[in-house]
Amino acid sequence: MQNNPQLNKNGELQHLLSIDGLPREVIERVLSTADSFVGVTEREVKKVPLLRGKSVFNLFFEPSTRTRTTFEIAAKRLSADVINLNIAVSSQSKGESLLDTVANLSAMQADIFVVRHASSGAPYLIARHVKPHEHVINAGDGRHAHPTQGLLDLYTLRHYKKDFTRLTVAIVGDVLHSRVARSLIHGLTTLGTPEVRVIGPQTLIPEGVEALGVHVYRNMREGLRGCDAVVMLRLQNERMRGALLPSAQEFFKHYGLTADKLALAAPDAIVMHPGPMNRGVEIDSSVADGPHSVILPQVTFGIAVRMAVMSMVAGGSA
Amino acid sequence: MTLRITNARLIDPASGRDAAGDLFIERGRIAALDGDARAARAERTLDAAGLVVAPGLIDLAARLREPGEEYKATLESEMEAAVAGGVTSLACPPDTDPPLDEPGLVDMLRRRARALARARLYPVGALTVKLQGDTLTEMAELAESGCIAFSQANVALQDTQMLWRALQYAGSFGFSVWLRPAEPWLSRGGVAHDGEVATRLGLPGIPIFAETIAIGTILELVRATGTRVHLCRLSSESGVTMVRAAKREGLPVSCDVGVHHLHLCEIDLGYFDAQCRLDPPLRARRDRDALSEGVADGTIDCVCSDHTPVDDDAKHQPFAEAAPGATGLELLLPLMLRWGAMNKRPLAQTLARISSDPARVLGVQSGRIEIGAPGDLVVFDPQAQVRFTPEALKSQGKNTPFLGYELPGRVRATIVAGKVVYERE
Repeated sequence: MQNNPQLNKNGELQHLLSIDGLPREVIERVLSTADSFVGVTEREVKKVPLLRGKSVFNLFFEPSTRTRTTFEIAAKRLSADVINLNIAVSSQSKGESLLDTVANLSAMQADIFVVRHASSGAPYLIARHVKPHEHVINAGDGRHAHPTQGLLDLYTLRHYKKDFTRLTVAIVGDVLHSRVARSLIHGLTTLGTPEVRVIGPQTLIPEGVEALGVHVYRNMREGLRGCDAVVMLRLQNERMRGALLPSAQEFFKHYGLTADKLALAAPDAIVMHPGPMNRGVEIDSSVADGPHSVILPQVTFGIAVRMAVMSMVAGGSA
Repeated sequence: MTLRITNARLIDPASGRDAAGDLFIERGRIAALDGDARAARAERTLDAAGLVVAPGLIDLAARLREPGEEYKATLESEMEAAVAGGVTSLACPPDTDPPLDEPGLVDMLRRRARALARARLYPVGALTVKLQGDTLTEMAELAESGCIAFSQANVALQDTQMLWRALQYAGSFGFSVWLRPAEPWLSRGGVAHDGEVATRLGLPGIPIFAETIAIGTILELVRATGTRVHLCRLSSESGVTMVRAAKREGLPVSCDVGVHHLHLCEIDLGYFDAQCRLDPPLRARRDRDALSEGVADGTIDCVCSDHTPVDDDAKHQPFAEAAPGATGLELLLPLMLRWGAMNKRPLAQTLARISSDPARVLGVQSGRIEIGAPGDLVVFDPQAQVRFTPEALKSQGKNTPFLGYELPGRVRATIVAGKVVYERE
């Protein structure tokens, strides 16, 4: 069995590939480092020189605007040079292998590779082949992990709810295909959250998910009862109708978050969503824009969290 | 050419013999044992002091990649790998390019193999034309060219009416049909056992019932047709249970397992280790233990290498995109010796699963040490540890989950029809 490739010999973050396997202290260090950057993002001059002279390569093998942009902003606020590569439409379509692409970019003196790939585990393969001074940050791989999203979700939860050891959190919708759900589940269980629920029809809940430390609910109303936070997952268009679900309408009726369903949660419950939202499919507009929603603050915190991760892997001690 | 082997620890799994002895081969066959062998005059004598002499290994599944995929491996490289691993007979599945669906291809393959004069080659013919599942192959013709059974390799036959007809037709001539039990719809898109590890890693899963539903279908068709079926590469506890019951019922079925599945399970995927991307997938620990138990109690007749040379470009990919399969010819004996040691099985029984038992499935005379049997032998040092590195492997396939491992058993000589085809110090 291979060693955990994320940590170096001193137990520090070498790459960020998954929250699964990250020690609690490392997660807490990311969150507290992010605290210091939230201030930066609110200043007039939104820059610190921690990554001056370093190059961040955004390697997106799968299209993404939002995540790529937040990584780009985070890197620029750390004074790094950012190169965006939309590989989905360049070398891969010419038949170049993943490792060849990385070797070529590595020859261009990268310090950080931010990788998004449609195949689970691709960032691990890259991390095994980069040079010791190069760092890989997983920006989403297949169904496996989206650790910076998970960390920003944890940051948001801590911001509004303080103590993880008293929380009940529900994750609702397409857990089967969700890297966001997996990352958040690992983060919550590592930080000692006593009750993590996943809610969805059996077609969207993966086999054996209980082993990750969650309780499964088929009925959303039962699952939401008493929750302190409700995390809605995005339902991809192509999954709204087919073998997994009959229609977006029926999904919304039973698993969409509406004000009356939300009323079953704790009175001060917060509502989160990784974006982009499908209004009227997984979430009703009145909830998305309502007083319980912290969806926009999530985006703001996301930049601080990504700054924290980049500075921790490549900037020495932040 | 006559050959005498002296001072050996002679193991004949078929009879259970495990005792010191001598052996004499004349005209390609075992002609004398022990006292008579010592008295015989031989052109060459091999001193096997401290070594085991046993029937050469018989491997029911080794992909040689010819014809059509010579960039992955060639008959030369893989036959060399076979004899370096002590394999003296092997069956190759029909999933070549083009598939082994017409006599000319089979003739050519056998001719090439004979010219190389390494291991014996037993081609398994395609059950349907191009393995496409809509037209039966000329099985009788293919059998005349040397096919010993008929199979769809790993390409499932979706049409059960076609499968029924294929079994009826093969059975009319007394041919065996070898089938990989995998229900294609349930297996579709999957790359790992549908369980905890796949869920954690976010890999699309293949449920166990993809195997058991297929076994159920096949067993019903065996009941209906009476055709002898060999089930290839079991992967689950439930699968073993079904075969055990079918055998108790007296159905004409046999089965095998790939040697990797006796040692590894889903946990070994670790952090997306593509070396553990195998077909069928590595399942849970309890499945591995049940497979092991099945081999021990004989429910599983044979263990095969499921040798599949995969080049680095195809293997060094994200897990789901990596080509499935591992090199195995040179690891079959060491991995079986390791299995035997871990499960405290007598050496004769361990060796039976890779010699006399597969010989029975193939219907060949080799796989035993007795007067008149073919002079196919492996001479090995059971104590020596061998480290498996890409450089050390003769096969063109350098990918295996056991790279870097030290495993017991060094082959010192391999003999086919009385001729030493491989030898090392």
